[in-house]
Amino acid sequence: MAGTTLSGRLSWRLADVVETVVETPRTKTLVLSVPGWEGHRAGQHVDVRLTAEDGYQAQRSYSIASAPDGERIELTVERLADGEVSPYLADELRARDKLELRGPVGGYFTWEIADGGPLLLIAGGSGIAPLMAMIRHRAATGSSVPTRLLFSSRSWEEIIYRDALARLAATDGALQVTHTLTRSQPSGWDGYRRRIDEAMLVEVAAPPSAHPLTYVCGPTRLVEEVASTLVALGYDPARIKTERFGPTGG
Amino acid sequence: MDDADLRLDGNAAAGQLAEFFAFDVTVAEATCDGCGEAAAVGTLAAYGLAMGVILRCPHCDTALIRVSRVGHGQWLDLRGMRVLRVPVAG
Repeated sequence: MAGTTLSGRLSWRLADVVETVVETPRTKTLVLSVPGWEGHRAGQHVDVRLTAEDGYQAQRSYSIASAPDGERIELTVERLADGEVSPYLADELRARDKLELRGPVGGYFTWEIADGGPLLLIAGGSGIAPLMAMIRHRAATGSSVPTRLLFSSRSWEEIIYRDALARLAATDGALQVTHTLTRSQPSGWDGYRRRIDEAMLVEVAAPPSAHPLTYVCGPTRLVEEVASTLVALGYDPARIKTERFGPTGG
Repeated sequence: MDDADLRLDGNAAAGQLAEFFAFDVTVAEATCDGCGEAAAVGTLAAYGLAMGVILRCPHCDTALIRVSRVGHGQWLDLRGMRVLRVPVAG
């Protein structure tokens, strides 16, 4: 009966897969075109839903990795070996396929130019996705908000958006990108080679007196350790936003 | 992998919560009925279930919000939440 069921406001719709881009051995970016997409804010998500032939459905939330750009959005998917959704998205989905999604949703972990800065962005693994949307939004609007990104990856090969980040940082003096590689490092690597810790944050982040607007996204443990360390160092908790990116993203 | 690895936060439940709320509830601040701490719904600890999601207090683990899908019903259980403060413009 119309009007008596939940609805409405947020409806599922079909996106067209425009192309898929291999980012790292375990991650792929899905470039989607969503007819009628009303735009999103950097940091927002979509829910993706898969339906099996027997009607079984599984849904997951994915951050949008692209800056607002018409009807086009990009999702970066990490393949989890025992995942229910990500292996299909990462391995099976092809250009010209359709994908069911709804959104954008979530207004907590978002950044717009008007929010200002300076920005301190801290990511672990695929937690880079919403932060990349912020970095791309900042670049697309020509913003000069001072921005520092500290990005923890397991190895050089597993740095998501490695080349794109290098290109952006090379042409933008106000964007500083620092990597730490926690499991293996290429020969000649002179950067950090450990998990993010207090000493690293002191070296990389602008001091608490700069009142950076901070976004931390990654696995639960990284997010909690980084957020509590920043608070202990004197950063304003009200300016630290967190988002956990767990394997349940599967 | 332990429980901490399986945990997401309320940000990931934004879509499921939008089925009930006319505003973005992830930016609203929920006060826990267990310990009295307040936190943005987006920061609550989220545990995904096949049939829904449970959002728990990051301080004391009380379940503030439970969403579950049973048959043709979508259930919202808020008994662990004392009060919800919704930001308004101006």
